Amino acid sequence: MTAVTANTASPPQPNYKRRKVLGEAAALGVALILIIWTLAPIYNIVMVALSSHNDVFSDRLWPADPSADSFWIVLTQGYWYLEYFWHQYANSIYIGFWTVFLTLFIGSMVSYSIGRMRIRHGWLLTNAALMTYLVPASFLAIPFYRIMQSYGLGNNVWSIIAVEVTFATPYAIFIFQQYGRSIPFELDEAARIDGASPIQVYFRIYLPLMAPALVAVGTYALLLAWNEYLYQFLLLSNKRSMTVPVALAQFLNSDESPWNYMMATAIVYAIPPVVIYYLFRGRMTAGLTMGGVKG
Amino acid sequence: MASVSVIETGRPTLGWRSRLRGLRGGLQGSEYAWAIAFCIPYVAVFFAFVVYPVLYGLWLGHKPSLYIELFNDPIYQQTLVNTVLYLVIGVNVKMFFALLLSGFFMRKGWWVKGLLMIYVLPWAIPALPTFISIHWMLNTQWGLVNNVLWDTFHVDGPGWLDTSRWLALGSVIVTYIWKNMPFWTVILLAGRMAIPQELYEAAEVDGATGIKRFVHVSLPLLANLYLVCTLLSTIFTLGDFNTAYFISGGGPALSTHVLATLGIRDAFEIARPELGVAAVLSALPLMIPLVITLMHKLRTSEVQL
Repeated sequence: MTAVTANTASPPQPNYKRRKVLGEAAALGVALILIIWTLAPIYNIVMVALSSHNDVFSDRLWPADPSADSFWIVLTQGYWYLEYFWHQYANSIYIGFWTVFLTLFIGSMVSYSIGRMRIRHGWLLTNAALMTYLVPASFLAIPFYRIMQSYGLGNNVWSIIAVEVTFATPYAIFIFQQYGRSIPFELDEAARIDGASPIQVYFRIYLPLMAPALVAVGTYALLLAWNEYLYQFLLLSNKRSMTVPVALAQFLNSDESPWNYMMATAIVYAIPPVVIYYLFRGRMTAGLTMGGVKG
Repeated sequence: MASVSVIETGRPTLGWRSRLRGLRGGLQGSEYAWAIAFCIPYVAVFFAFVVYPVLYGLWLGHKPSLYIELFNDPIYQQTLVNTVLYLVIGVNVKMFFALLLSGFFMRKGWWVKGLLMIYVLPWAIPALPTFISIHWMLNTQWGLVNNVLWDTFHVDGPGWLDTSRWLALGSVIVTYIWKNMPFWTVILLAGRMAIPQELYEAAEVDGATGIKRFVHVSLPLLANLYLVCTLLSTIFTLGDFNTAYFISGGGPALSTHVLATLGIRDAFEIARPELGVAAVLSALPLMIPLVITLMHKLRTSEVQL
């Protein structure tokens, strides 16, 4: 009996083991390729930022004398095109803050009205939001530019806030409605029986229970506003109203571009969103995939 | 008239009220006012910043002569070809590899988790810094790519961005894939994780492993998600301005523009906003079916993005 089992069980084992080792080796190979593929541009940005001007224009793969001078120049605004760096950074933060606040405010209110108060014809609003979500933002840039001039918002950061809120709110409504379905209606009803007005239910019950969705959407809106380029480029042309990406891109095609300063600026600009992304990544993916593949 | 109303005074008002209540979706008086008030900010934003620009854009691009001018323009014809190539190759190659890699990231082990953290970096970093970096990497004389080619093989690399249309367009597409593949991989990975483990176990009992398991279990269950992601990605890519603008800038000789960048160029560089709008509007025959299909799909299948 034992001999029989040994006979049938042992031959496949080395084969299985070998396949497992081969599989693991192949996986490591894939991992190596992925790492090179992913990190090459990031390696390049760090390398150039650490280079001196002469090392940028050379065939070196790593600077001869890496130094953080470029970062120091950026942080102390020590170069003519970086004159307003911190001012522009503050503009980006200001835009991000108001975009998050207004997106959450507008999105949660309308979702409350549609999803919890069940206003008649609420589906029209849902569809309007969904359609806005599907229209590429860049396609509206030309009329938007004209309209902002007629609203008197040319060269004003509020024109950007308006744009970012417009394009972040549909996503907010989408997520809030999906997430809101997981909150039992009995909670609203109980509060109403105790005499709470709709606005009290909104503040005391709806918003606290929606916290995870609010965090996910807030992060989304912040990253959207921080990373967006086209509208900021079109609508902000004054050095003081500009944001960091617009200032940064101005020098892309100029001769004698100070590439090392540009890369250092780019890194300083990229750090906050990357940190926020990794901090809230779990919440974001939960928000992104709630509902998953039910269909 | 007056006498009739005296007799029926109670009922019609009741009917009228209940009908009104029906209109209000069962809400009463102040509640209905609140429900309306809660919608006002969004409705205001929607009309001021979506409806008005859309109508204004349609009005700007309403003249048929603009389209005749556009279609006779060789730059526009090239742009159209570029856009189609960008959509067909960029989106599909990206989605295909995202599907394969989402399977790869299902593997267990600490290093796979760590690798995923690195792998999503292109998505986590804002587009502009990495695009500027890639733009410089592809510099003919001093870029990293040609430096590596020289140091390892002693060959002079080509001028990626300023000599040939196809090299430049290829660079744009590869950059696009680099930037966007992680996001869709994560979405498909979440889709795979939502597949109940029992299905795989049942399939294994029936002898389906490896490629068979993928074809008969994962694929049918992921098909709908994959389709929705592809369509959604197509529409997002159609509006993608940054990649082409920062990598090739439309060059060499305006040969690598896509519709999104050409529209902006026409409107702001040669100061013809109507022509720019017309270029963008010429994508409507593709956009309208996509939007309709996606609205239907997103509402019914609850795929979330």
